[in-house]
Amino acid sequence: MNFLSAGFRTLVYKETLRFWKVATQTIAAPILTAMLYLLIFGHVLEGRVTVYQDVNYTSFLIPGLVMMSVLQNSFANSSSSLIQSKITGNLVFVLLTPLSHWEIFSAYVIAAMVRGIVVGLGVFLVTAWFAHLTFAAPLWILVFALLGAAILGTMGLIAGIWAEKFDQLAAFQNFLIVPLTFLAGVFYSIHSLPPVWQAVSHLNPFFYMIDGFRYGFFGQSDVNPLVSVAIVAAFLVVLAFLAIRLLRSGYRLRH
Amino acid sequence: MTAIQISNVEKRYKSLQALGGVSLAIEEGEFFGLLGPNGAGKTTLISIIAGLIRPDAGSVKIHGHCVVSDFREARKKLGVVPQELVFDPFFTVRETLRLQSGYFGLKNNDAWIDEVMHNLDLTNKADTNMRALSGGMKRRVLVAQALVHKPPVIVLDEPTAGVDVELRQTLWKFISRLNREGHTVVLTTHYLEEAQAMCKRVAMLKLGQVVALDSMASLIRRISGSQLIVNMKHGDLPEDLRALVTHPEASEHGKKYSLRINEYAEVEQILKRLRESGAIIDEMQLQQADLEDIFIQIMEKGTV
Repeated sequence: MNFLSAGFRTLVYKETLRFWKVATQTIAAPILTAMLYLLIFGHVLEGRVTVYQDVNYTSFLIPGLVMMSVLQNSFANSSSSLIQSKITGNLVFVLLTPLSHWEIFSAYVIAAMVRGIVVGLGVFLVTAWFAHLTFAAPLWILVFALLGAAILGTMGLIAGIWAEKFDQLAAFQNFLIVPLTFLAGVFYSIHSLPPVWQAVSHLNPFFYMIDGFRYGFFGQSDVNPLVSVAIVAAFLVVLAFLAIRLLRSGYRLRH
Repeated sequence: MTAIQISNVEKRYKSLQALGGVSLAIEEGEFFGLLGPNGAGKTTLISIIAGLIRPDAGSVKIHGHCVVSDFREARKKLGVVPQELVFDPFFTVRETLRLQSGYFGLKNNDAWIDEVMHNLDLTNKADTNMRALSGGMKRRVLVAQALVHKPPVIVLDEPTAGVDVELRQTLWKFISRLNREGHTVVLTTHYLEEAQAMCKRVAMLKLGQVVALDSMASLIRRISGSQLIVNMKHGDLPEDLRALVTHPEASEHGKKYSLRINEYAEVEQILKRLRESGAIIDEMQLQQADLEDIFIQIMEKGTV
């Protein structure tokens, strides 16, 4: 693997340029959606829900919305790019090149991370005005944002390889990614759940990404961030291994 | 040096044997034709050469590099024009070519990109989005994408399917130039007159098997298909010439016969016999066998 190869850099550039050319759809729209979530949920629940001591609900919600946007847009970038290229047939332009499996994997995931982080930053910038946010451990914010974006970029790659039709990809997104994200504590702390659902939430890897990310803001979390980062990193390694194996085998790409 | 070495390549799709042990060697600098009817296995073979399909058995090497185990080196040597009219709707022509060039590790390749665009009459479309191009223009971009890294081996899978005469002429002029400069060219086409004009050697595939492999000249010589067509004004064909008749046809004034000849010298013998028998010829035509005759014979009978 050569991360500095011109071929690899070109694929990263192409995948980044692809979403940048339709920035209204890929960047502005998800920022607006997150803003609406904040306005509606913040207005309805502010003062009614106490999650952490000294943290009001709107402040609690903002990091969750930022991370949710990072995750969903990272997934959307790699998955939509791959499925579109597969269905229109232009993936052949990448498959005919000397790019290795590692280079293809890394380029798609890095471009997905760029989109996820850009959207997350945008959501943060437009929502931060509504609450007083602290930065108790900024390094954790960065670590969890990058790991979360990498995981969802990888999941998007796997979904894009697996799916042969748009509705298969939509099923992956609607029945797996969205529920896992919404049930990961974006809008609530799992300590407000009954014990059974608390236990179930601990099986959701997305929970550790959002909980660890929030720790970076408030210095408080449901789980020790060291435990969360270990679980999230392990999850990334497993997914990356699977994605690279699929690329190497040519599964649903090279028949 | 061998540009493409194909050894016992097999590919099966469930019950369909797409390729059944194909072996071919295409030498450097050749202009090679891969012909066959639909479903013969041409595109499957090209896809295996390009690394888009994995063979069940056998191997393919490009300039000595295996397309599976040493795919990076093999793909650097290869430029493929796919049969389907595919494009990326996000980019302009120039962006598309720069990206394709970049995938092959080539930065600052604008001089060659400009030359390729010029030779394919794409220069005035350089900043046009791919979506806005006509089918013929999109086909030109596909060809340009395959050539952007100056591959020593160029594979064209039906490059002129459904395109106008102008593009055909532009394309063949440019590809011929590249071939003269030493690039190996492999062509599949349903336009047999194109293959006859361009290819020095051809392989014909039928049901996943190579049924003919020879130089174009030798294939055409092998068929005893040159015809002397005579339209009789008076008299008839002598008995000893009737064995040469391939197609007796009715004509307006008399009888018309197509006589099979193997050498031009036989024409004089036939005319002599006709004179001796008192027959008078109204009209005469010499018709050479072409690739289409050979193709039909091979596909129907399996040999010539």
